[in-house]
Order: sequence, then C-alpha cells, then structure tokens
Amino acid sequence: MAYAEIAEAEQLHEPHSFWTRYVWSQDHKVIAVQYSMIAIFVGLIALGLSALMRMQIGFPGAIESIDAASYYQYMTMHGMIMVVYLLTALLLGGFGNFLIPLMIGARDMVFPFVNMLSVHVYLLSVIVLLASFFVPGGPTAAGWTLYPPQSITAGTAGTDWGIVLMMVSLAIFIVATTMGGLNYVTTVLQARTYGMTLMRMPLSVWGIFMATVLALLAFPALFVSAIMLLFDKLLGTSFFMPEMMSLGKALDHEGGSPILFQHLFWFFGHPEVYIVALPAFGLVSDIISTHARKNIFGYKMMVWAIIAIGVLSFVVWAHHMYVSGMNPYFGFFFAVSTLVIAVPTALKVYNWILTLWHGDIHLTVPMLFALAFILTFVVGGLTGLFLGNVIVDLPLSDTYFVVAHFHMVMGVAPILVIFGSIYHWYPKVTGRMLNDTLGMLHFWITFIGTYLIYFPMHYLGFLGMPRRYYEYQDYEFIPESAHDLNAFITVMALTVGAAQSLFLFNMFYSYFKGKPSGNNPWKATSLEWQTPETPAPHGNWGPKLPVVHRWAYDYSVPGVKEDYVPQTVSMEELAAGAEYVELEEKPV
Amino acid sequence: MNIPSPLQKADYGAGVPIDIDRDLRPYGPNGRAGERRAKVGLYILLGVMTSLFLLFSLAFMLRAQYADWRALTAPLQPLADPWQLWVNTGFLLGSSAALQWARVCARRQQVRAMQQGLLLGGGFAIAFLAGQLWVWQQLSAQGYGVAGNPANSFFYLLTGVHGAHLLGGLVAWGRTVSKTRRNVTLKKLGTSVELCAIYWHFLLVVWLVLLVLLTSTPETFAAIAKFCGF
Repeated sequence: MAYAEIAEAEQLHEPHSFWTRYVWSQDHKVIAVQYSMIAIFVGLIALGLSALMRMQIGFPGAIESIDAASYYQYMTMHGMIMVVYLLTALLLGGFGNFLIPLMIGARDMVFPFVNMLSVHVYLLSVIVLLASFFVPGGPTAAGWTLYPPQSITAGTAGTDWGIVLMMVSLAIFIVATTMGGLNYVTTVLQARTYGMTLMRMPLSVWGIFMATVLALLAFPALFVSAIMLLFDKLLGTSFFMPEMMSLGKALDHEGGSPILFQHLFWFFGHPEVYIVALPAFGLVSDIISTHARKNIFGYKMMVWAIIAIGVLSFVVWAHHMYVSGMNPYFGFFFAVSTLVIAVPTALKVYNWILTLWHGDIHLTVPMLFALAFILTFVVGGLTGLFLGNVIVDLPLSDTYFVVAHFHMVMGVAPILVIFGSIYHWYPKVTGRMLNDTLGMLHFWITFIGTYLIYFPMHYLGFLGMPRRYYEYQDYEFIPESAHDLNAFITVMALTVGAAQSLFLFNMFYSYFKGKPSGNNPWKATSLEWQTPETPAPHGNWGPKLPVVHRWAYDYSVPGVKEDYVPQTVSMEELAAGAEYVELEEKPV
Repeated sequence: MNIPSPLQKADYGAGVPIDIDRDLRPYGPNGRAGERRAKVGLYILLGVMTSLFLLFSLAFMLRAQYADWRALTAPLQPLADPWQLWVNTGFLLGSSAALQWARVCARRQQVRAMQQGLLLGGGFAIAFLAGQLWVWQQLSAQGYGVAGNPANSFFYLLTGVHGAHLLGGLVAWGRTVSKTRRNVTLKKLGTSVELCAIYWHFLLVVWLVLLVLLTSTPETFAAIAKFCGF
C-alpha cells in the first residue's frame, strides 16, 4: 500500500492539551514555528553582539566594558550563532519542516516523534551554547573557525569552559540536525502524494532536500573535528596540537597537525555555505515565479543545477586555506573547482532573470526581498570569484574584503530570502497577512542599509584593513579616512539592526490584527496554498490527500482565464472551466 | 476528452505530458509498504554514519604519517599480537549472524526461534562491548593511556565511537525485545528485527574496516597513504 493510501486510511490523533499541542507537538507546522522562534531568538542575540563589535570598531572606547577578550568572544559567538544556530536551523528546521509536507502533499513528516525530539535537542544545544556566557572565563574567543592550537591554549579567553561548551553544543546540534535531516529526506522520498513526481516538486523542496543531504554528509566532519578537539582539550591527546611553548613553558602536546583540523573543519564549512544557500535558492525561485506570474525558467536546469552545486560543494573546501601552509599545488585544484561551481550558480541567476523577463511583476514585499536577493547574491558571488583565485586571495586574505564578501553572499543574501519567505508564507502559518507598510519600510531600510554597511568594507579591505583586529587606531597603513568610514558603517549597522524591530513588531502585531488572508492570498499554484483550511489543521488535508496533475509553475498559461492553475487542477477541470482564447501566432 | 490544443501544451517546461491514468498512480512510495519508510530512514542514517567513520579513518591515516606515531601493533607494543581483538570480532560476527537468523525466522513466522536469535544477538553484542572494555583496561594498565601517543588516542577514539553506536543499537534492540513481550503483530516485530539486523551488519562492516586500520603495521599505512596520494 502506498503512503498516500495509508495516510488516508489512518485515524488522525488530534492533540488536545496545551502541552501536546504547543510544546511536545508532533505536528510539523508547530515544530517549524518552534524551530523558527528559537532560531530568531538566538539570532537576535547574535545581532546584539554584532552591534557591540561595531561600536568598538567605529567608536573605540565608547563602551568601556569591551576589551580585547570580550571583543573576540562576541565575534566568535556572533559568527557561530549566525551560521549554524540561526541560518541552518531556520532554513532547514523552520522552512524545511513547514514546507516539505505541505508542498509534497503529505500529512506530516514520516517520523513525527523523531521530528519532535529534533527541535528539543536543538533547544538543548542552544541552551548549552548560551550557558557559556555565564561560566567562568565566558564563551570561547577562538573565532568561529575554532582553529587549534589557539582555541584551546591559555591566553585565548574561554579556554577553560567556553570552548568545551561550544564543542558539546555543536555535537548536540549535529544530533538534532541529523534527526531532522533523516525526516526531511525520507519524507521527500517516501511520502509524496498522488501524482507528485520528483520533477513536479516546487524548487523550494528541491533546495531544502539537497541542502539536507549536504548537511547529513558534511556535519559529521564538524562532529569529528569537535570530538577530536575535545579530546585534545580534555584528555591531553595530540590530534591537532603541535609541540609548542605557551606562557614560557612547553605544553604536553607534541606532533599534532593543526592543518588536519582545518581540512576537517572546512570539509564541513564549505558545504555549510550551500546548506544555507540551496534552500534560499529554492525559496527565492518560488517567490519570483509566483510574484512575476510566470513559470520558472528552465525548471529542469534549476533542479540539476541544485544537484550539481551540492556535489561540487564537497570538492572546494581548501579554497578557505590558501594561506594555511598546505601544499601549494592543492591551490590549483581548488581554485579550478571553485570557478567550476560558479557555472551552475550563474545558470540559476540567469534563469531567475529570465523568469522575470516579460513577467507580470508584482512588487509585493516578498518580491522586493527576492529581487534584492538576486542583486546581493550577484555582488557577493562576484567577489567570491576574486577570492577563489589564489593569486588574488593572497593579498586580500584576512582583510575586510573577505568580511564584506561572505557577509554579502551568505549573510545578507540568505537573510533577505528568509525575510521574503516569512512575508510570503506568514499568511499560511497564521491565516493573516503581514502589514504591507511596515514591510516596505523594513525592506528599504534593510536593503539600502546593508549595502551601506558592506560596500565600504570592500574598499577598506583593498586599503589593507585586516579583519579580526580588536582596534585599528595606531597603524600607519590604515589612513584616517578609514576611521571615518568605520564610524559610518557602525551607524548604518545600528540603524539596520534597530529596523529589525519593525519586522518583529509586524510579526507580533499582524498575528492579532493582520488582515485575514484566506487560503491563497498570492494566487499561487503549489500545494501548500490549496489546503482546505488556513492555518492548515493537524494532518493538513482533511480526509483525502490532494491529487497532483501538473508541475508547480503553471502561471499565465495561454488560453486560461485565471493567470494561475493550481497543481491540483486536472485537465478536464481546466478544459471545463477555462475560457478558451484563440492564440495569435506571433512573428518571431 | 476534447481539450483545446494550447492547453495540451499547458504543462510546458515540466516535460511531463498529461496522462491522467499514469499521474493518478501514487508516485511517492512507488506502491511499497509503509514499513519501507523506516528502512529508508535507516539507510539514510547509515549514510551519515559512513560519512562519520570515513572522516575518522581519513584523519587516522593522515595523522599516522607524522613522525611521532608509534603504532600499537608494532613489535613489542601491546597489540603486536591482537588476539583479544580477534576474540571480540568473533563476538560481533556471532551477534550479526544471530540477528540475521532472527530476521530469517521472522520472515518464516517462527516466533520462538526469532526470539532466541534476537536474545542471542544482543548477548553477543554485550559480550563484544565487554571485550572492548577489557582491551581498554589492559592497555591502560600497561601504561598505554589515551594521551600517550596519537596511535593510542585513535585506538580509544575509534573503538569508543564504534562502541557508542553499538550501544545506541542496543537501545533499539531493547525496544524490540520488549515488543516481543507485548502484543505486537509479527509483521511489525519482523520490521524491527530486520532494522536491527541491517544496523548490526553495517556496524560489523565498520568494525572490520577499523580492525584493518588499527592492526595494520606502520608500513601498511605508509603504503595506503602513498596510494591515496598523501
């Protein structure tokens, strides 16, 4: 018996008490909201940390409590939280959980209990991570890459407790991701409804699916490096720790290889970029297609590009290590593979633009964020081509050019997609629209503001301003103008940070006072908008699962009155209800 | 069915022409049984574990190339004759075989034999873990602590990680055993037994690979590493 038939035959157990409904819920939609709320909460902490860091760089000494140690602690926690605990968790745990079952027409994830465990284990990892703020010595100040020997050697803040909590938290997080990931992949493979072929799935599902596969294969590398580093720290082994002097005396370690850690870390670290980017690619494809009222250009190409990027992302890791002292011959291979990965990525960008071409573009808030994403991703991607070449990377390495590059491409770009997606799918989650005016305001401040923050950073990088410095005052090679620019960037950063309160207020306010959205406010085709009720109830679909007759992108089909045809509409229904118009042959 | 021709092309781009009969066929599970889901989930988990152990093994091989490496299997080192590990390997083989036997019996609906196979499999697995702990205890008693040499560290680390996964398997095994005491259909029970057996076979293969790594001489590592281009 097929999944869909079993799902229709099974009795639904609707949870009744507050605890089973909102806390120990096994409903993928509730779990998605739990994931998202935890991620946004911890993300706000990381945002606050970045404000503190910017204060120190723009106005050194203005906040007296910031010293070198605490600055590096903020930097480390900011990076790790944003990359792992916010972006990964929100895109896979939040959007993955919410959208996969709804978009493929399933009742729920295939292992709901494991799914519930996943979010609670994630919460535990966040608690362990945040606990490091309250232990003696504070959180680790090792930088988010946690390179040994510095990360576990005295002199770096947080080498007693902070680093241990960080490693333990990461290990717990990986367990949570694995539990979630098993669900997402198995659900996509096993729980699609009638007629939902793999090549009819919306690109959001494809992006999240491939990103999950990457996460399942890449996070073990972080797990391995975290466990081995914990051994070095707690048991005195020498996996990574070389023979060295610290504070005037020789350490017990000998012969370990710090570069081995870097290889393991970046074998996780680079796929991690695509674990964040691929869901964003998918979500943005759906937003663009819906709001441009046009089918996505080159759907099959888009799918294969997602798969190609996923595969290639495993063979580019050492482009993060050109200056690490590894065998220089590796640089050639990794520069080539890095440039090769630009091909499927550029293909996606062209397809987005061709989707917009001659589209009926509605400049709604989600669409604005999606368009801003394309622009930002192109800017960040192009600087990536610079840095992917060894000869350009060597002078630019460890400057603010790198900071600008990765914030543009994997900070701002995915965050813009996350905002756009929240504006787009919030009505399906809550049944109410987000406020448009607040949304527009939020968009323009965020969009222009981030460019005012990160564009000048490229220039600072060219000037040679190094990253990871606690203060920049007394260096001859940094001109006075750079300090003014830094102050400017700080003001902009604080403005953009403060503007996020508009978004938070909007989410809160619209939940109670927003305009009721109905089932399908955007007139979209994909399955999640065809649920019988909004918000969708436990089990999503009522007694019968939906039947899928077409792909997810039938917008503006010639000859059909409405400019969209939902995936559930059959050819007979279409033929019966459609106003048939004779098409004119257009001269080519 | 009379459909205007532009609508026939309505699905353009997807490359899937409309064919109602075929499209109404449930695609997702390809008509497979519901228990298939659990199996697919397990296979994906095994994929994750493959990645994990592969990376540990690569780290092992890379680290073994450094000058300070003193292999535990070198002459006069404690594992020069690793007979204890062979005994443990025997336990794990027995464990895997017993679970396979239980799996076959479940398919043949022989409940009693299935239960025996299941219990025997778990017993052997516990014996394996005890044996591994005994090796640990012997090593540390001879002064080969975890921090003594990277070779020791890797020995404890790899056997520990493998053991932890077997321990996790024993939790699933315990749940399956408790199911045999409750009123669970043989079909569901058979699925649980099958999942246990697959997991055990996988851990057996992982152990055999680790055994090869851990008991090879330094020259072998050097040859393997050279072959891999390190």
